[in-house]
Amino acid sequence: MKLQTSTMLALYSVVEAASQSGKQISAAEIAERYGVSAHHLAKVLRELGRAGLVDSSRGVGGGYRFSGNTRRLTLLDVIEHFEDIGARSPEPGTAQTDVGLAITSVLSEIDEIAKATFRSITIDTLLKLVERARASQAQRPGQEQAPPVPLPGNASR
Amino acid sequence: MPDTDSSNTKAGGAGEPGPHPAVRIRPIESGDLAQVTAIDAEASGIEKVDYWYELFHRYGTRGRQQRFFLVAEGGGAIQGFIIGEVRDWEFGSHPCGWVFGIAVRSNARLGGVGSALFAAILDSFRRAGVDKVRTLTTRDNNLVLSFFRSHGMMAAPSIPLELDLPGARGGVA
Repeated sequence: MKLQTSTMLALYSVVEAASQSGKQISAAEIAERYGVSAHHLAKVLRELGRAGLVDSSRGVGGGYRFSGNTRRLTLLDVIEHFEDIGARSPEPGTAQTDVGLAITSVLSEIDEIAKATFRSITIDTLLKLVERARASQAQRPGQEQAPPVPLPGNASR
Repeated sequence: MPDTDSSNTKAGGAGEPGPHPAVRIRPIESGDLAQVTAIDAEASGIEKVDYWYELFHRYGTRGRQQRFFLVAEGGGAIQGFIIGEVRDWEFGSHPCGWVFGIAVRSNARLGGVGSALFAAILDSFRRAGVDKVRTLTTRDNNLVLSFFRSHGMMAAPSIPLELDLPGARGGVA
């Protein structure tokens, strides 16, 4: 399963902002943490703002604040603002042949499972997964730590 | 072994553990059966009196080291239930706990009843000596999927499969 770059940036941004518990986070911070284009990230954050998932403020100390409900907002909710993972453009030959139709039905099955998975995971649940991964890493000294996501405890509900 | 009845699963909230509820978790008793049946009927839309009677006798009255049928009691009524068992060596899988039914009264949801029931059956599984728990539900049952996800459950290595049986009658005799 591969998501588009914009979608991944949106997920990073939403999770980072949601983990800040009402505080603001700058696009530059997110871009630096994930090693991504600040320009591309700014476009994604504007889209998230239009979708009502983050609030933005300008000026010194400005940035983005999560404005959704971490226990209601799912990964699919975020993803669908950027791409339709269920939309499959017809491959050559699929509609005309029995083999093509059979393969299409298998691919549709996979898409349905992917959508159900994204739909079942809220931002709050994802933050818990991050927390578990961090705890698991802490128990394995000597391994390189992933960049920190400030977590959650009192993340916005 | 009972069929996995994912239509019975209806958890205590839209996918999140709630605050600790004022309920007591205990094994089911015969006097609870009518309320359990009603809670399931509310959740699934189908009243299955015979089914729950049968499950009570298979899970609620004996074999409690491997089979667990628990209820959440509070406010003078049963608020929810959970049912599961230890399954051994299914297709070579090491023994693990299986949850195949959970439901909470609709007016008691978002209060942590489902979480309390789930925590209790996990304790039962631990005492039974297993270190993994599994469940199965339909992929369009987002309420239950979210509930289990919020408690840390991840996709299992198994893939559920089904087959339409040509010529079979639609109902169960």
